[in-house]
Amino acid sequence: MNRAKIRQHVAFSVLGAVTLLIVAPILLVILYIVINGAGAISWEFLTAAPRQGMKAGGIFPAIVGTVLLVIGTMLFSLPLGVLAAVYLVEYASDDLLTRMVKLSVVNLSGIPSIVYGLFGFTVFVLLLHLGTSILAGSLTLAIMSLPVIITASKEALESVPFTYREISFSLGASRWQTVRYCVLPYAIPGILTGTVLSLSRAAGETAPILFTVAAFYLPRLPHSVFDQVMALPYHLYVISTQVPNIPIEISFATALVLVGLVFLMNLVSIILRAHFRKKRLW
Amino acid sequence: MPRKISEFVIELCIKLSGYAVIVFVFLVFLFLLRDSLSLFRHYPLRDFLFGKEWLPISDPPKFGVIPLLLGSIYVTIWAILICVPLGVGAAMFISEVAPKPLKHVLKSLVEILASIPSVVLGFLGIIWLGPVLRNVFGLATGMCGLAGSLLLAFMALPTIISISEDALAGVPRTYREAAFGLGATRWQTLWRIILPSASSGILAAVMLGVGRVVGETMVVMMVTGNAPVMPGSILKPLRTLTATIAGEMGETVGGSEHYFALFAVGLVLFAITFSINFIADLFLRKARK
Repeated sequence: MNRAKIRQHVAFSVLGAVTLLIVAPILLVILYIVINGAGAISWEFLTAAPRQGMKAGGIFPAIVGTVLLVIGTMLFSLPLGVLAAVYLVEYASDDLLTRMVKLSVVNLSGIPSIVYGLFGFTVFVLLLHLGTSILAGSLTLAIMSLPVIITASKEALESVPFTYREISFSLGASRWQTVRYCVLPYAIPGILTGTVLSLSRAAGETAPILFTVAAFYLPRLPHSVFDQVMALPYHLYVISTQVPNIPIEISFATALVLVGLVFLMNLVSIILRAHFRKKRLW
Repeated sequence: MPRKISEFVIELCIKLSGYAVIVFVFLVFLFLLRDSLSLFRHYPLRDFLFGKEWLPISDPPKFGVIPLLLGSIYVTIWAILICVPLGVGAAMFISEVAPKPLKHVLKSLVEILASIPSVVLGFLGIIWLGPVLRNVFGLATGMCGLAGSLLLAFMALPTIISISEDALAGVPRTYREAAFGLGATRWQTLWRIILPSASSGILAAVMLGVGRVVGETMVVMMVTGNAPVMPGSILKPLRTLTATIAGEMGETVGGSEHYFALFAVGLVLFAITFSINFIADLFLRKARK
């Protein structure tokens, strides 16, 4: 071996070691949570309300709260995000306004989640009088999720071959008919994948719901969208920092349920992607 | 003609959705500004921007943002020092060295890391990383700046790896072929040709990583010890801008000076992340050319 080859060998080994140094903790973190949390997970833990100041019982209200927030987030952000992406890809001309929309998407994705929390509190909770409620929390999370949904939908729309549009136009279809029948159907897989991913992120967020919806301790289910709810990430924060002497297994089990929920959503998006990729026409 | 009308309505919706994005960014800024200005009516702007003490409940209260700003900067610098070399190295390995099956596994693992909620990492920081740091460095408490930096570095990795990897993979094939044709090894090609060509994209990755680290809330609130003092060492407790808002908002009275001061902190945070993302976008645009 000459020197250049040896140097390459050394360099690639270092890069491999660096990668291992990153990957190993990822696996360890997950193993650690699973090993310590699995023992405390039972049917009761998943389906009962917390008791004795969260020291016993289950986390059912928190699971329901997080699921409701995810659904609420989707209801607001999916239509708005997809339409905005349709605007950017199919309608917008390359002018100053379009560039501003694009720049706004970038900046929206960069705004810290706690700032969304402040915004949601001052606008939805106070100004619109929604109070700390599922509605206020969902709206806050929806605005936060918008940039991811827009970016994913944009990529999905752009990946539909341009010839589809040309053929549709040549048959005399209007722009909207073209979008509706020749572009959107083929972009749906990509849009869904991106949406599920962004919702899984919303499910795990704590900062935006701190002041807009999350209840410290509310061992019952909500009656309407104007109710507060417990939420898994906030519950984990509360029991691991705010309340002393919580049995550690309960914290671990809560973390495991949260991670499990998020992974499940990711898995759905991966399966969707694989399923539709097989059916892809181009 | 009903079709014409329905089409007009739907196309109006599409346009409005597009513009709504601009409106949202503008609204976030506007409301932060409105509530911040309420503070500066009673409290001098200069004392906020240059004050070295954050004592919101003393009498008279002091809202100097400098300790919090420095807290954020300290934690960010250390996190970036840790994660940029690791992240770019891993991106180089994934993009240029790893065989295809391994590449897919590694990319999936990085995606898994990206999806772990920050509050879970914060929880692990409290029960595992904190005690470890306390023993290793012989500290009074493991809840310090470094605990935050380590976890934030971990959390910023997916951003840095995936964007750097895109940048490396985006370098034209002809560059590689030309280098190989001149007899360069794969490493020489990677180090001297591909890496420099991808530098704009990698800089964008670093900037976006910084943005992610500065804006992260839960982890820093849970593990950095929450001490709003001028940070002296990364091994001591400190507090960031984000953790201050999250930690104190629940204790304030709506409409009080303290309440508005937290919005002013939010405005500082907004300004920082806005500039960082703007710069990152410039780099990304340059990389695409």
